[in-house]
Amino acid sequence: MALKLKRSLLFVPGNNPAMLQSCASLGADCVILDLEDAVAPRHKDEARRLVTYALRCLSFGDVGKVVRINDVSTPWWEADLIEVVPANPDVIRLPKVESTDDICTVDRKISELERANGLPEGGIGLHILLESARAVENVANLVRSCSRVKGIGLGEQDLMADMGIRRTLSGEELAYVKSRVVLAAKAARIDCFDSVYTDIDNMEGLLASTKLAAAMGFAGKSAIHPSQIRVINEGFYPPEEILFHAMDVIAAAKVARAEGRGVFSVNGKMVDGPVIRQAIHVLAQAGIPCDPEEVLP
Amino acid sequence: MVKNAAGRLVPTELSGIGSVRPFAGVTGVTTSPTFNAIAAVKRDVIPINTNKVAPDLRAAIERSGLRDGMTISFHHHLRNGDRVISQVLAELDNMGFKDLTLVSSALLECHDFVVDYINSGLIRQICASIRGAVGDYYQTKNEYLPPVVIRTHGGRARAVEEGSISIDVAFVAASACDKCGNMTGISGPSAFGSLGYGIHDARFARHVIAVTDNLVEFPLTPRISIPQYLVHQVVVLDSIGDPRELATGSIRVTKSPTQLALAYHAYELIVASGAIRPGFSYQAGGGGISMAVTQYVRAYMQQKGVAGSFALGGITADMVPLLEEGLFKALYDVQSFDPAMGASMLRNSTHYEIDASWYANPFNAGCMTHQLDVAVLGALDVDVDFNVNLLTGHNGRLRSGMGGHPDAAAGAALTVVVLPSFRKGLPSIKKNVQTICTPGACVDAIVTERGVCISPRREDLLKLALKGGVRVIDIEKLRMETETLTGCMDPIGFDESRIAAIVEYRDGSILDVIYGLKC
Repeated sequence: MALKLKRSLLFVPGNNPAMLQSCASLGADCVILDLEDAVAPRHKDEARRLVTYALRCLSFGDVGKVVRINDVSTPWWEADLIEVVPANPDVIRLPKVESTDDICTVDRKISELERANGLPEGGIGLHILLESARAVENVANLVRSCSRVKGIGLGEQDLMADMGIRRTLSGEELAYVKSRVVLAAKAARIDCFDSVYTDIDNMEGLLASTKLAAAMGFAGKSAIHPSQIRVINEGFYPPEEILFHAMDVIAAAKVARAEGRGVFSVNGKMVDGPVIRQAIHVLAQAGIPCDPEEVLP
Repeated sequence: MVKNAAGRLVPTELSGIGSVRPFAGVTGVTTSPTFNAIAAVKRDVIPINTNKVAPDLRAAIERSGLRDGMTISFHHHLRNGDRVISQVLAELDNMGFKDLTLVSSALLECHDFVVDYINSGLIRQICASIRGAVGDYYQTKNEYLPPVVIRTHGGRARAVEEGSISIDVAFVAASACDKCGNMTGISGPSAFGSLGYGIHDARFARHVIAVTDNLVEFPLTPRISIPQYLVHQVVVLDSIGDPRELATGSIRVTKSPTQLALAYHAYELIVASGAIRPGFSYQAGGGGISMAVTQYVRAYMQQKGVAGSFALGGITADMVPLLEEGLFKALYDVQSFDPAMGASMLRNSTHYEIDASWYANPFNAGCMTHQLDVAVLGALDVDVDFNVNLLTGHNGRLRSGMGGHPDAAAGAALTVVVLPSFRKGLPSIKKNVQTICTPGACVDAIVTERGVCISPRREDLLKLALKGGVRVIDIEKLRMETETLTGCMDPIGFDESRIAAIVEYRDGSILDVIYGLKC
């Protein structure tokens, strides 16, 4: 199984050709080519064309290609899909999801376009963004609404406006919401992505925010400026001692599995299935592939 | 015309220059038994108790014994702030001189007026990197003058020492000078830092005229860059130039996210190569990307507690903290890219001012570029054979100088060339560069924002890079990827019947030629 890191997701305005042609070179694991908030209504058409051209013509290497379309309450979402899906992005990101109907509507349209363009049906993933209290309250249903949903995130600005709360430095005001969304994502076996850190000059704050996100179980975090990418990647990278211990665990697990032992010790600590799964997760955060079938009892 | 070792057709005989030898490879001539490394220096002797301070420039020129057809030299440490060449040439023209050879360490855009003196007949030949109006003149208008000879900084020092350039009168700008001719560039209101090229000219010129706007009491203190025994006259002008224009152009750290990503790739490669170890030596060019690489290298050295031995070259302001933090033992400064470098040289006893020969002359007993572990250098464009062009732009016009690039590349154990994969919609990775300045045999890696290309000669480096997680990409693949974005460029319309300039390799052989442009 090819392991693809998703720690950092860089937002790129879809109507900025200079940024589009260079965005895959900036070190982000994924780029989010934005047709929504970063693009003014009168520039939607040109953004769609540019993003489609970029997907077709530019080399993104192993950088994930995510396109954020406009939400289903707008007049643009369908045109977004009609132009973008044939260019085969990895993921469509759907903002302001309110109900399973929103997701199913978009899923059907993507499937139709995949069939029409000779693309494997279901090949394009879907990320959904929850930006209202109602959506968060319905999160368990939303993440299970269709198999295309591979990731979930929070649109924090809209959510806070909807909830009538203000941002604080510590971010405690969204702790419950984030935990709830992460839990729902984990239960559905999909990824959960943390929102942007808006103070682009505060790298210490960004690092702390990223480490917290990693600790809470988020798979990645969005970046609004290229200077944030390296900090986010660092924040998701496991501490050296934890990484080295995980590597020891995996090495010992391979031996134990071959010898038919389910429980063993590494560096004086007992190791069993859950510990091995944790070690696999740590290696994944460092971008080191590990096949669970080779190590789990 | 013959094909040289770089695969370029070059002449063996040039009108106005004589016979020249083709480039024979990066070590082609170093073993030649016929090479005469040091020419006899014929230096004017002046009577005891002569007052060296001339009443004005005209008087100094009259006393120098300059005649039509002779060679005058300048240095370009004041870069675009220089006002010395303009004043000297104006006076020479007023005095009616003709057919002089102008030798400068470089001519920049601020020297566009030189065209006027070509037209007046004052200048017959130029040995310098050229650009701007002078470059345009040679590529589009010149019909009878010999081609410009473009040399590296090390190659120019070699040519002066071996006598290929015989300087009759050297005009040396000094920001502080005393009545006996002791001079420096590191103190005074117009301080510009190192006098590296001027020091070398003064050592080998028949007659040396110090040109200053700051005549100080004898003896000059606290530092003398060129001693009085090499200096025949002193001329005081109102101004030698504006040192604030030293740091214009590319000499600032880039803020472009793409270029910073590029710099980070270069840094990752350097780390992966294992080059940053105790006692390592380093040169980074004055380009914004190279300076960004230095920032990353500095952070790494601080984090890992690695102390290097020396940093070299055109020294930028960002190198001084590395010296003062103990990350390098010494800075060897042949050209300062910031007026504040003078203060650093006075403050830091191991911020050395070195001459051009010490810096990069391939044929002395040991130049500093040959001691380099890592060189991070820029480029206008490169090709799939790793050849580097520093001189001609996408339209074929002369637009920059070679500096010490080929010298550092030849000497460094690891030469990393950094450049964006395209600029303003035009590709930087070519099938063949228009002009070869640094042969691909001296380049170990080309780093762009899209990945790192490693020379096939360096399989060892490739292994280390892959092990270190560096984003390696095949150069041919990168070229095609870039052309997907930019398209292919149309061939440039050169007038191949007319050679505008020749590009000398550092050993004096002809590496390439630059043709005139079809008008």
